Amino acid sequence: MALSGLEIYKLLPQTNCKDCGYPTCLAFAMKLAAKQAKLKDCPHISDEAAEKLASASAPPIHLVELRGEDGKVEVGNETVMYRHEKTFFHKPGLFLRVRDDEDLEALKAKVAEADAFSVDYVGIDLYLDGFAVEAASGNADSFKKTVAAVIAVSKKPLILIAAEPDLAKAGLEATEGSRPLLYAANAENWEAMADIAKNADVPLVVHAENLDDMADLTKKLQDKGLEDLVLDPAAGGHLQSLHAFTNLRLLALKSNFRPLGFPIISFPGAQDGADETLLAAQHIAKYGGFIVIEKFDPSSLYPLLVLRQNIYTDPQKPIQVQPGIYEINNPTEDSPLMVTTNFSITYFAIANEIEGTGRPGWLLVADAEGMSVLTAWAAGKFDAERIAKDAKAFGAEDKVKHKKIILPGHVSVLSGELEEELPGWEIMVGPREAVDIGSYLKAMWQE
Amino acid sequence: MTVEIPKEKWTGQVREVTIGATAEDGGTRTHTLTIGGESTLPFLNFEGNIPHRPALAIEIRDRKPDDWSPLLMETWGEAMESPAAWAKAAEEAGADMIYLVLSIKNADGEENTPENTRRVVREVLDATGLPLAVVGPGQADVDNELLVPVAEEAQGERILLGICEEGNYRTIVATAMANNHLVQSKTPMDVNLSKQLVILISDMGMPLERIVMDPTTGALGYGMEYGYSVMERLRLAALQGDTMTQQPMLVDPGAEAWKVKESKVGEGVPESWGDWRNRALEWEALTAATLVQSGANLLILRHPQTLKRVKAMIDALLASAS
Repeated sequence: MALSGLEIYKLLPQTNCKDCGYPTCLAFAMKLAAKQAKLKDCPHISDEAAEKLASASAPPIHLVELRGEDGKVEVGNETVMYRHEKTFFHKPGLFLRVRDDEDLEALKAKVAEADAFSVDYVGIDLYLDGFAVEAASGNADSFKKTVAAVIAVSKKPLILIAAEPDLAKAGLEATEGSRPLLYAANAENWEAMADIAKNADVPLVVHAENLDDMADLTKKLQDKGLEDLVLDPAAGGHLQSLHAFTNLRLLALKSNFRPLGFPIISFPGAQDGADETLLAAQHIAKYGGFIVIEKFDPSSLYPLLVLRQNIYTDPQKPIQVQPGIYEINNPTEDSPLMVTTNFSITYFAIANEIEGTGRPGWLLVADAEGMSVLTAWAAGKFDAERIAKDAKAFGAEDKVKHKKIILPGHVSVLSGELEEELPGWEIMVGPREAVDIGSYLKAMWQE
Repeated sequence: MTVEIPKEKWTGQVREVTIGATAEDGGTRTHTLTIGGESTLPFLNFEGNIPHRPALAIEIRDRKPDDWSPLLMETWGEAMESPAAWAKAAEEAGADMIYLVLSIKNADGEENTPENTRRVVREVLDATGLPLAVVGPGQADVDNELLVPVAEEAQGERILLGICEEGNYRTIVATAMANNHLVQSKTPMDVNLSKQLVILISDMGMPLERIVMDPTTGALGYGMEYGYSVMERLRLAALQGDTMTQQPMLVDPGAEAWKVKESKVGEGVPESWGDWRNRALEWEALTAATLVQSGANLLILRHPQTLKRVKAMIDALLASAS
């Protein structure tokens, strides 16, 4: 819970010594509350007050950052249970697992292919975040060699899966200059793993079978000075992971429970018979942090990345495109003029479709406050008046000479009113779905 | 260290709705389907009860559709030639309910007729013992003309009739009440509109135990997140005791997912989209599975493989947490 300036002031020495650089303790307290100053700027604060303030000002879920040679992944800092309450901030990282007992050349080829994977979704570039390299052979040299081989073909962030301290050390020797996530400390190895993670300054996963043991372990690791932790609650299937991840989010947000205020790592395809995509989808929707998948298949990865994009879109700010009249395939004054809204998903679905037909066309994107056709229509943001206004404002008359405008099929009811708003224009009713635009134009439009 | 999990205390619960009637209740269904009744968020059984599992229906048509994905045509094959055979195949595939959508025109391009829809509904009722939903083609005057005889033909079967929308619900509600059926109310992704239509329908005298609420969804990548959040908000309101939001929720991920380019088309798409067949199946399954997480009580699907996968997921989510 964030404290107010006055609450913080009560915990300060109240001597107005100015050593922090501010004229009074109260002024410093106000800056702290606004997160414009750092607590460590006050040299005189008591340990007890410092702890209280630190825990009150820290985010309920710690932000953990991984870095590769190129690119980084940040996970954590979430503040709500449901996206409509504000938004989900940091998309879970999707990592592909590879093992050091695979054939090295085949592994390099696989990593290179997955590294190059990229797909365009409404103008956003979607890709895999990195690789999780596992020391499956149990051999330190082999692990180090494999990690080096992965780095040679991919600059993305890594997760090193090495349960033995010697293996962990070997893997980290190969990743100098980047910041991988080290997996994992458990009740047996935690002291050695803590030292290794601390020396290398990398975040460390904590593995425990239940939340009680997990909290014990994180406490011990924090006492050793580790701040960047990630939790592996060892929750295998749909139900266990839904309960465990939900409980962890609840504990962090509702109870402000520090020992478990860290992002979660999961392995949705690790169990025999698991439906990896559906379990990964659940972890995307419900509180996953780092998601390690077993198989690289674009036809599964693409929908998962789209799902992640959808769930982590800020619900207050729909992705919009600029209203206007867009040119597709070099239209002329004889090309059809179609109208839609400025919700980006709607715009891209339609623009792609027209582009795909190979026919030239004009697309009038009306300002519907970023809503889709039906939603905007229901909300009164996409009516005849709006369409007519934008058609005039963006100069539809100068672009086409046929004076025909094609409405989305879902709002065919608007055609009468639009005729009144746009005298002299013929209002045509197009298909309801973007996917049918090609056959519609073929049947209805002759140049 | 003992970790105390904070628990929400909910005061409301989702209404139970039963679709279908067995001989005992004056119908001919071999069993009924009850949805809703939960007093907690999806699958969080440590906070409340979940008496009924989310149900999965398969959409069939009164005739072979012209514009469905070849992948769907291929999987249902000859069964699509007759609604009765299609319904049977859906039952064999494990559907909990048949969702029959009437076409606006017959295969020759002529208007669909009340006589034809009566006959189709009779055939489907005879072919399967599953509870049934029948919805019109979505054009107010045609819906009303076709659904009234359907409601009469299926009298006593407690079928789900739809789709009631703000602009057209009176005739459907009236005939559903006269023939002891239920209705599907549908509103475009908005909490207040959902509530308002339920109020309007119940004001006509329809008991709330016979209304299933469809908050509308988009496909994955095509606005699903709007529907997802509207569903979460409706469900939270229901659990907080807002009585007009307590209807069980129906969504139609099958129709939504199968009309987008990612599932419909195999050629002329980016190579990075991967294998068409798998992508199409993932699209429907991910849309459906995500909506299960946001509180769907009844999902309409199109592909039997999706039904199988989502069913297995629901099984896993309802297994005792041992």
